[in-house]
Amino acid sequence: MTDQIKTVGVCGAAGTMGAGIAIVSARAGFRTLCFDMAEEGLAKAKAQSEGFFAKSVERGKMTPEDQEAALANLSATTKLEDLAACDLVIEAVFEDLRVKQDLLGQLDGICPPRTLFASNTSTLSITQIAAGCERQDKVVGMHFCLPAQLMKLIEMSPGLNTSEESFQAAWAWTEAAGQMPVKTQDKPGFILNALLVPFNNDAIRAVEAGVASPADIDTAIKHGLGYKMGPLELIDLIGLDTQVRLCEAFYPITHDPRAATPPLLSRMVAAGHLGRKVGRGFYTYDGNAMFGG
Amino acid sequence: MHMDYAIITHGESRSFPEGDEFLANAQAEADVTVHLGGGAKADTSKTAVLVELTTECLGVYTGEHAGTEGSNMLGFARYRNGDDAPSGLIELVRQPASDEAALEAARAVFEAAGFQVVVSADQQGRIIDRLVRPKYNDALRFLDEGLAAAADIDLTCRHGLGYADGPIERVERGGLVHHYEVSQRLFETYGAAGFAPARRAHVAKQRSDGNG
Repeated sequence: MTDQIKTVGVCGAAGTMGAGIAIVSARAGFRTLCFDMAEEGLAKAKAQSEGFFAKSVERGKMTPEDQEAALANLSATTKLEDLAACDLVIEAVFEDLRVKQDLLGQLDGICPPRTLFASNTSTLSITQIAAGCERQDKVVGMHFCLPAQLMKLIEMSPGLNTSEESFQAAWAWTEAAGQMPVKTQDKPGFILNALLVPFNNDAIRAVEAGVASPADIDTAIKHGLGYKMGPLELIDLIGLDTQVRLCEAFYPITHDPRAATPPLLSRMVAAGHLGRKVGRGFYTYDGNAMFGG
Repeated sequence: MHMDYAIITHGESRSFPEGDEFLANAQAEADVTVHLGGGAKADTSKTAVLVELTTECLGVYTGEHAGTEGSNMLGFARYRNGDDAPSGLIELVRQPASDEAALEAARAVFEAAGFQVVVSADQQGRIIDRLVRPKYNDALRFLDEGLAAAADIDLTCRHGLGYADGPIERVERGGLVHHYEVSQRLFETYGAAGFAPARRAHVAKQRSDGNG
């Protein structure tokens, strides 16, 4: 089945994660169809992808020929029906169970029976997402890390109804795309977010409790533990509003008090301090370039 | 700003084990005194009196006074993951009314010795243990619950989050008994479930107590 994956659709391709996934796919030689609702969002993502590939060439990570081939692999559409040509569709849409279920339900009527569906959900149940379509045996969890175009790791999770054949095919595709899959059970937050969401919230609560400044917390974590980024820098990168959404997705499932939205986070989001993308979160920033290259 | 320091040793130091360069560079007498190994003595004639902490708060040495406490006596700990070698990070512990000149002198002493210095309020676990112990407890619980193999949990954290090492390998290398002791102190202080030592830490503690 792996060899049959030639064309990959990415839903939510105008978003940070979707655009990164599209880069991974196109860079590995797969025809990659980027779907999103708004043309301007897709155009912006395309420009960012071009910039990313150009930087990759500048840094010697990619040849100009590979750059040209990767760009040729990328196309965009605002028509969901165009995904009928895909062998694998990866969704990276809004982190909402109903939204994802509805999307898979629509895709079910568009894509041929052989098409695999993968969800990039970071917190929701693959089994529940798969319940939105008829081909539950062909739905897998495929959680990329941010920024997807730089991070190799993918958490791969089978739902209760996922067939072993589908899971292995999706797994093999991630390896063919140069990624590093890791198998986890279909549990809230898998490994990464199950550890990270409460940890990041703890860091926010430490700021709120006056334990230390954001800069000192980040410095302590980086120098004491050897992490590449401190938790508050990371929250600024992913967006404080995204962290709220993660909490809202995570807490009702786990009832872990550490996963509940910290009051300081709610206040900062209300004040518009959303992180790097607006130039202000736990830190202030100049510029908003796409990561890496 | 260069600051000389003198060392007063009360017991074994976790921050500066025997042979550490910081010990060799101390003076016999100085305006900053560094107390190592679980003891301290107030001395208002000094610019700063620095007290090495393990899992205790600075207030244990200074007393606390309705949030107005603070003097030239500060706490510190060089972060160390259990039995691992000490890191290059110093958590400097202050109280609400700590003397600013003492803070400046303490920072100067440690920075001149090549350490990265962060300032923490006098809270249980300071910055790092307060944040990482619940994470280690989670990782140990995930292992028990079969979420993923230990090696995959660690691999995921190294490659997905850019950690130098994974939580399972780190907490086991540092020692599950050490993790139990730090977590238990946090749990006793704050009562939050996340600090409660994970089952595997309980097992290690019971075995170290001769119950295995």
